[in-house]
Amino acid sequence: MSADVLRMSAVEAAERVRAGDLGAAELFSAYRDRIQELDDRLGAFLWTADEPPRRDADAPLGQVPVAVKDLFCTDGVPTTAGSRILEGHRPLYTATAVRRLAAAGAPMLGKTNMDEFAMGSSNENSGYGIVRNPWDPERVPGGSSGGSAAAVAAGLAPWAIGTDTGGSIRQPGSLCGIVGLKPTYGAISRYGMVAFASSLDQCGPLTRTVTDATLLLRHLVGHDSCDSTSLGLPEEVRLPSRTDLKGLRFGVPRELGSDAEGVEAGVGEVFDRTIDRIAELGGEVVQVGLPHAPHGISAYYVIAPAEASSNLARYDGVRYGPRAGNGTLLDLYERTRAEGFGDEVKRRIMLGTFALSAGYYDAYYGRAQRVRTKIADDFRAAFGECDFVVTPTSPTVAFKLGERTDDPLAMYMADYCTVPMSLAGIPAVSIPAGLARPGDGGGPPGGLPVGFQIAGPAFSENGMLDAAFALEQAVGFDTTRAFL
Amino acid sequence: MSRELSSVLDHIEKISELDLDGVPPTSHVLDVENVLRPDEPRPSWPAERVLESAPDPADGGFRVPTPGQ
Repeated sequence: MSADVLRMSAVEAAERVRAGDLGAAELFSAYRDRIQELDDRLGAFLWTADEPPRRDADAPLGQVPVAVKDLFCTDGVPTTAGSRILEGHRPLYTATAVRRLAAAGAPMLGKTNMDEFAMGSSNENSGYGIVRNPWDPERVPGGSSGGSAAAVAAGLAPWAIGTDTGGSIRQPGSLCGIVGLKPTYGAISRYGMVAFASSLDQCGPLTRTVTDATLLLRHLVGHDSCDSTSLGLPEEVRLPSRTDLKGLRFGVPRELGSDAEGVEAGVGEVFDRTIDRIAELGGEVVQVGLPHAPHGISAYYVIAPAEASSNLARYDGVRYGPRAGNGTLLDLYERTRAEGFGDEVKRRIMLGTFALSAGYYDAYYGRAQRVRTKIADDFRAAFGECDFVVTPTSPTVAFKLGERTDDPLAMYMADYCTVPMSLAGIPAVSIPAGLARPGDGGGPPGGLPVGFQIAGPAFSENGMLDAAFALEQAVGFDTTRAFL
Repeated sequence: MSRELSSVLDHIEKISELDLDGVPPTSHVLDVENVLRPDEPRPSWPAERVLESAPDPADGGFRVPTPGQ
């Protein structure tokens, strides 16, 4: 397969297949061969699919295969959620998101590595090995959808899906220099997604272009009778076409701008330059306030672990997954969990159990849910003054492997700019905006990718992606630069 | 691990500084109304399929050791 085909966007590849200029089977095997040849340098894939039986090349997604985060249940295919406690588990059914994509003509290419149960911001918490960033193999790809992000950035997959609970699509998208979209809570069914924090979890695409993300979104959304929180979107998802930003107002929050806590100088410079681009494209830039956003991390690290401590109670060595212990039932529970869960998962189960315990419930969980209300109110007020809120996606570019593994709080701060949108349930997209040298001064000579986050009110995906598209065209970031 | 948890809890404690009197806790993040669908029975998974994933199936169920003395 020629390098040109690999470098074209997934939408272009789909059009070529639909026009009969490119063979679907040829495209699939080209990617599978690349994974087999090159993925030992990244560790992005946990499982690779065999070529699917020949299907309808006229399908809207043109048989362009999609990489799937290992959090999605897939019928008969190993699904681990990155955890040893699900080693060898083969679900009985396929997640709605994966089924919808297959029905629209995007067969599964493989299952991607991830932080265990989606808990992490560096992909160093996987029970099946770390994932490396294709821009610099000594650095993290971000997390928790690190395998999906690294695969797309390295040209080992045309596009991918992941899940975002507090930033797990947007932050790895940012660190790997690709597009990451977290839709409005409820836009896409969560049925068959291994549950982490059910009030926050949402599926979304990781792609090389905004148009690719939009096309995947179009075929992912919809109500599902198997997920009572799924809503779909109120209007059909339109492919973006905007060439300017005239008539749109972009709000830069005082609390999450280029001078916010922990934002690296290089990231701040790229952010400010992108703000200038918005103005050049005719957009108006205003300052807005999100006064409770700095408390987002605190509220999130009560709410998400609380929900996780409840959701993960099902992993007890009785119904599926490996079992340890051979004495009493209590011994079985304790040893299965002690051996099956990694340290970060254990930390969060303990945090969540503590936050929900009698005597502490009001001080932690109750207060955190009130902070969540305030954060959502802040966004509502901000959207009275602007159409979209813009921030750096991640305070830093990709950091070094091992740099934050001994300091959970430092790791949690990677989600400082993405958690508030998750708590408010609103959509947000990260697009690559430029390159910057990391705070540690290392990395490749040209620098590492910096993501720019655009967030809109609930259900504003069409307008938000149209604006992201106009900005993407103006920035002209080369998302194939880290191809292996 | 206790040191790590303490540092996380110290950070979380910052929300105790906020005045949250009269603020309702979030129960669902979007303003949606509940709807009901007809309650129609549909087939569930056959027990033998579900037991294929079990670490120790026996007699059509999940075998576990004694809960202890």
